[in-house]
Amino acid sequence: MASLSQPTTKGSTVATASATRSGWGKTMQNALIITQREVRDSFRDWRIVAPILILTFLFPFLAQFVAAQFAGFLAGYGAELIGERTIPFLLMIVGFFPISISLVIALETFVGEKERRSLEPLLSTPLSNTELYIGKTLAAMIPPLLASFGGMLVYLLTLLGGELAWRPPAMLIVQIFLLTIVQALVMVTGAVVVSSQTTSTRAANLLASFIVIPMALIINGESIIMFLAPDAESPQGIGALWAIIFGMLIVAILLLRVGNSIFNREELLGREIDTLNLVGAIRRVGTFIIAVNENGTPARNLLDWYRRSIPFTLRRMRVAIGLTVAVFALAFSAGFVTGQQPQWQLPLEGAQNVEIALQVFEGIEQQSLQTTALGFIIWQNGRVLLLTLLLSIFSFGVTAFIIPPVVYLLLGYLLSQMLNAGLQDLFFAATLPHAIAEIPMIILATAAIFRVGAIVTLPPGGQTVVQAWTQTFGETLKIGLGLVLPLMILAALLETYLTPPVVLSVLSG
Amino acid sequence: MIIADRLTKDFDNFRAVDKVSLKVAPGEVLAMLGPNGAGKTTTVRMMTSILAPSSGTASIAGFDVVQQPEQVRAHVGVLTEQHGLYERMRALDYLDFFGKVYHLPRQLRRQRATELMERFGLGHALQQRVGTFSKGMKQKLALVRAMLHDPPVLLLDEPTSAMDPQSAKQVRDAIIDLQRGERAFLITTHNLTEAQMLADRIAIIRHGRIIANGSFDELSRHFTGDPLMELRTNGALNGLATDLSNQLNGLLTIEDKGLNWVRYRTRDPNTNNPIVLARCAELGAQVVTLSPVTRTLEDIYLQVVVEDETPQSESPMS
Repeated sequence: MASLSQPTTKGSTVATASATRSGWGKTMQNALIITQREVRDSFRDWRIVAPILILTFLFPFLAQFVAAQFAGFLAGYGAELIGERTIPFLLMIVGFFPISISLVIALETFVGEKERRSLEPLLSTPLSNTELYIGKTLAAMIPPLLASFGGMLVYLLTLLGGELAWRPPAMLIVQIFLLTIVQALVMVTGAVVVSSQTTSTRAANLLASFIVIPMALIINGESIIMFLAPDAESPQGIGALWAIIFGMLIVAILLLRVGNSIFNREELLGREIDTLNLVGAIRRVGTFIIAVNENGTPARNLLDWYRRSIPFTLRRMRVAIGLTVAVFALAFSAGFVTGQQPQWQLPLEGAQNVEIALQVFEGIEQQSLQTTALGFIIWQNGRVLLLTLLLSIFSFGVTAFIIPPVVYLLLGYLLSQMLNAGLQDLFFAATLPHAIAEIPMIILATAAIFRVGAIVTLPPGGQTVVQAWTQTFGETLKIGLGLVLPLMILAALLETYLTPPVVLSVLSG
Repeated sequence: MIIADRLTKDFDNFRAVDKVSLKVAPGEVLAMLGPNGAGKTTTVRMMTSILAPSSGTASIAGFDVVQQPEQVRAHVGVLTEQHGLYERMRALDYLDFFGKVYHLPRQLRRQRATELMERFGLGHALQQRVGTFSKGMKQKLALVRAMLHDPPVLLLDEPTSAMDPQSAKQVRDAIIDLQRGERAFLITTHNLTEAQMLADRIAIIRHGRIIANGSFDELSRHFTGDPLMELRTNGALNGLATDLSNQLNGLLTIEDKGLNWVRYRTRDPNTNNPIVLARCAELGAQVVTLSPVTRTLEDIYLQVVVEDETPQSESPMS
């Protein structure tokens, strides 16, 4: 019989609660305790086990049968190539179906536990948020991934023993295995983010379409690549698939970061009902458009806004601005270096091009054309930035460093070509006058757009993801209205009215 | 030891806990009473480092709830409002899992699980799946989980709700047993009788504020006044109540009377009751019984709530 009345001091049983390891070793040791339990629990649920078994041991045979029939049918029309390429495509599908269950398990382990209120006892233990998060993420991934690998293995074995003579390249198989892993990772980490926004499995399942639909589109894209890629038989694998694997890995890492930020005790237990406080969110965005400090103190007037509010935000954007400048410099250099490669050089001949340029720029100086050009330049820059902003929000800021740097890549390339043709004066005349306004504009806009996407991956201490995002979005609008828009208009005016005369004066010597 | 100093928690535009200060010494049981939504669970969550306080400080077994959350959670056993058990697991596996989380050696966690389950009359159910347990059994299992790592501090949210009287008694006995082990207890409950039976001190929380805090006797005296006595006579009073009020003015105050009974308050019953009886004898009244009117925690609780509702209520007793 237990002697419950024996006093326990901090030195006895409780002291063993401190793990023997430290750092990542301890984190993984603790996380695996959770993983072990959850995986066992998953395997106790026939609703998970039955589809896993079917997809692992029956579906590959069906896929192999279909591939054989399809290949035979197409061979009758002399289209053996399409038939052959169905085989790796079906290997990917055989791998993908079981991992789709990971989404269900992830929604179940995160929201299901919240719904059943079984999360709180776990949150009352000494486990850290990260340990709980890693443990549950692994638990959601391991059973479906095992089923997926098992299914793919069975499918490959049926290829060895079946009537299809085609043997897929080893690297393509490696690529499909890697694709399966990153897809599972993206779905599980995405499910955690979705789960954090709901308190019921039903709501989570509805929101899961935000994961399912993009994933279905990616699978479509991968299928098309597998059929059409010119390097489909390459021993190095398909280049486009490597790009997808890399891209999805980046997305998974960013989602992991977001998930780890969201998966904390305060957020998990603070949210009791699914509510969308739109008015509160809009108010907070508004607050930080005019705020002069972290506490949200509003600027007194427009002058105060420019004097205190905008510098406050610019200080907070220092890192993002630094990163943007570095990325642009890199893009410009890459464009320049590429332009120096013989195979990329354009056959420019100085005198002939000067004639063409003269004709173009003399035409631009007509008044009606100038008005049209002004509107077009503003509209073109504006819509590119708006599109980048939209995509950046959904890509954790990554798009900010993909779309705008393309301009600098092209500029670097152009400079190299014009240098080769001896037209460097023309290059500087055509870019520098309006670049004075346009370069700061694009740097500020890109940095702000990057921040609003990336902030969710690492919200500042003491702030929830929603608080951090609404504040950053407000600050992005502030920079947009206060600096980017005026600079954009100024740059367009300079480009319309100043750049052409400067270019003409350079051209006419 | 549990110490909370001006602990406050704000959610968006709502203050759930407002400057709560508490102190529970080892071997002491503090019962926290209050209506639903009063802030009891939020207070417990802050004390287990699940929720971060908006302001104020708290420490559990000497560890700060903000600075040392993992140490706090290692030294506290929590019975949550919702048991949150894993229904597909067997009871022993369930406890073994939590034992692992607390890094108890395999042999010790098995031993503790078995002993505690037997202590709560669940020795036979170790290999049963939790989903097959009755409500009361689940509650006991959740309690065993909270005590598994032998913590010096126990925070129990409604420990005997959903239990039959026998099971509830088992749990109360276990708490009394554990109390002798120098553990500090904070129990939140709606069961006033239970709180009166178990608690050394009682804190009443309302709208996130502690509006009363003290021992039962202290609260009783403060909120329901001097001890109330009831005197019964053989036959009608015939002016006895008026006489006592006139002759013993200052020693007692008549509260109520009936045909053959009278109730009065007196500050010191030991001294004043013999005087009352002597006076009755002088008047020829035949006293059948003279006994104190028992005041329950419910009386105190209701009085506290009523006082808190009145606009001119004074600062809480603490």
